Amino acid sequence: MTDTFLSATPPAPIRQRAARDLTRRARWKPAEILFWLCAAASFFLLPDQHLLLSEIVILGLFALSLDLIIGYAGVVTLGHGAFFGLGAYVAGLTSIHLTAEPLTGLALAALAAAALGLATGPLLLLRASDLTRLMVTLGVAMLLYEAANKASWLTGGADGLQGVMIDPLLGRFEFDLFGTTAYGYCLIVTFVLTLIARRIVTSPYGLSLRAIRDNALRARSMGIPVGPRLLAIYAFSALIAGIAGALLTQTTMFVSLDVLAFHRSADVLLVLVLGGVGYLYGGLIGAVAFKLLQDWFSALTPQYWMFWMGLVLLVVVLIGRDRIQTLPRTLMRRLHAEGRA
Amino acid sequence: MLTILIDGIAYGMLLFVMASGLAVTLGLMNFVNLAHGAFAMIGGYVTALTMNRMGLPFLATLPLAFLVPALVGMLAERTLYARMYRRSHLEQVLFSIALVFMAMAAADWLLGSSQMLITLPGWLQGRFEIAGIAIGRYRAFLILVCAALVIGLQLLLSRTRFGARLRAAVDDQRAARGLGINVGGIFALTFATGSGLAGLGGALGIEIMGLDPTFPLKILVYVLIVVTIGGTATLTGPFLAALIIGTADVAGKYYIPELGAFLIYLLMIVLLILRPQGLIAPAR
Repeated sequence: MTDTFLSATPPAPIRQRAARDLTRRARWKPAEILFWLCAAASFFLLPDQHLLLSEIVILGLFALSLDLIIGYAGVVTLGHGAFFGLGAYVAGLTSIHLTAEPLTGLALAALAAAALGLATGPLLLLRASDLTRLMVTLGVAMLLYEAANKASWLTGGADGLQGVMIDPLLGRFEFDLFGTTAYGYCLIVTFVLTLIARRIVTSPYGLSLRAIRDNALRARSMGIPVGPRLLAIYAFSALIAGIAGALLTQTTMFVSLDVLAFHRSADVLLVLVLGGVGYLYGGLIGAVAFKLLQDWFSALTPQYWMFWMGLVLLVVVLIGRDRIQTLPRTLMRRLHAEGRA
Repeated sequence: MLTILIDGIAYGMLLFVMASGLAVTLGLMNFVNLAHGAFAMIGGYVTALTMNRMGLPFLATLPLAFLVPALVGMLAERTLYARMYRRSHLEQVLFSIALVFMAMAAADWLLGSSQMLITLPGWLQGRFEIAGIAIGRYRAFLILVCAALVIGLQLLLSRTRFGARLRAAVDDQRAARGLGINVGGIFALTFATGSGLAGLGGALGIEIMGLDPTFPLKILVYVLIVVTIGGTATLTGPFLAALIIGTADVAGKYYIPELGAFLIYLLMIVLLILRPQGLIAPAR
């Protein structure tokens, strides 16, 4: 054991290798570029689907925020809808009482959600099992739901918040009936936030989160401050969820209690699992799959689409994400092997 | 005042009967089964349907309300749940939520979305008085039945050969298997018993909580709260928790109705902050 191991800064070769690893991880992959090209193309090629597409993007952004804490930090939660709902209400209230300018509402919603995340985050750090975490987060979400239900002078209660009006975006682009502005707006916000989230998870900080996820005890003994790091990512995730909620309010110009309901938190988990946990695009891809399936099933059986949704989920979980994800690769390898033989 | 207390205890007992199966799967088998409420719903529907359509008396339907969910539970355990024991908690949560969705949609499709009503037999209706305290007959009946179940369950786990085998299988599966204990069979039986108890709870609870296809989700939250607060190491923990939650809920609805469900969630969060491992923490 030499001194270099104990000193705070590792020797140059190790630092270089770490830096190289980090850059390699952060490099853009062709599939990612293709993904965003497809997203941009959908804006121009599917003009009559913009309303549905906006919904998908908002759900995707929400699922992405969940991925940050479940997939990267390994914290399970059933109450992420709290931040989504808070963001939605703050954006709605801002437009009514303060200013109808959309970006201000977005920023305020983000701040409020992040503040709630910071305030409730320490509850997750209790010496507790997954179940306790699930229940505490669920409890927080239900408390917020009840609060919004009771405070009807502020939130409109069960009738929803009426009279949300949003000014044109940047003073220029009016929010139209076909959702064209809305979709562009959601897409750009989501793109920017994905970039930021991507930067975060590929940074040394992001790597330390993965270390915590894989083994919190070891991470702590390596000198990673587990508590503050988890708190930070939780708040950031809450911030993104708040923005997703605000986008929903601003594009639909309506907020109802539904944004805080339990099924939001459950749905977004399903979305994330459909798309795959822990690679940032899982949420977005899952949202596309979820909404298309939902659309398709509810066209087939308007009342009982939940059954088929459940069945799909059941099959996905039973087969296992890993096997589905590696299926193309295994097929390719088999083809290669046969080609060579 | 005392009437409310007794109502609360009856409600808490009911919660415990529903939650006990979950406490066992969660605490002993370490499986997060959010679909537990679905079995309670099956039990409720069995009672409601056999009473309303076949004209069976209330008491006669109760064994059925235990047996049918138990059979369904055993079937589901062998075919589906057994594959999920080794998976992560997140996957178990999703798997069981999927089951809940399917159960809710299926109940809606088969039986319609309206509330199921039953008429209790005459001797269970109304109230009687002891020392000036009015007690609902059905509440008293609930307390008696549930207390008997609780004691029976405790004896089953601590005194019988089956209980000893179950505890052995849970403590160390491999060693238990090595001793010739049929671990798979034990788990299946345990799961069936838990599901059956949930079903019985669902049947007994129709009068108090109502019954419709959203029942699994409604009851899920309460049951989970009970199990989480109680801790899963013992059955005493969930029992205490069920009594606390039941009493708090009934008293809260009576004295401060404007708070609504607020009280329960607040109570849960505070209790979990104080005792993150549950009221009775596992001995380590």
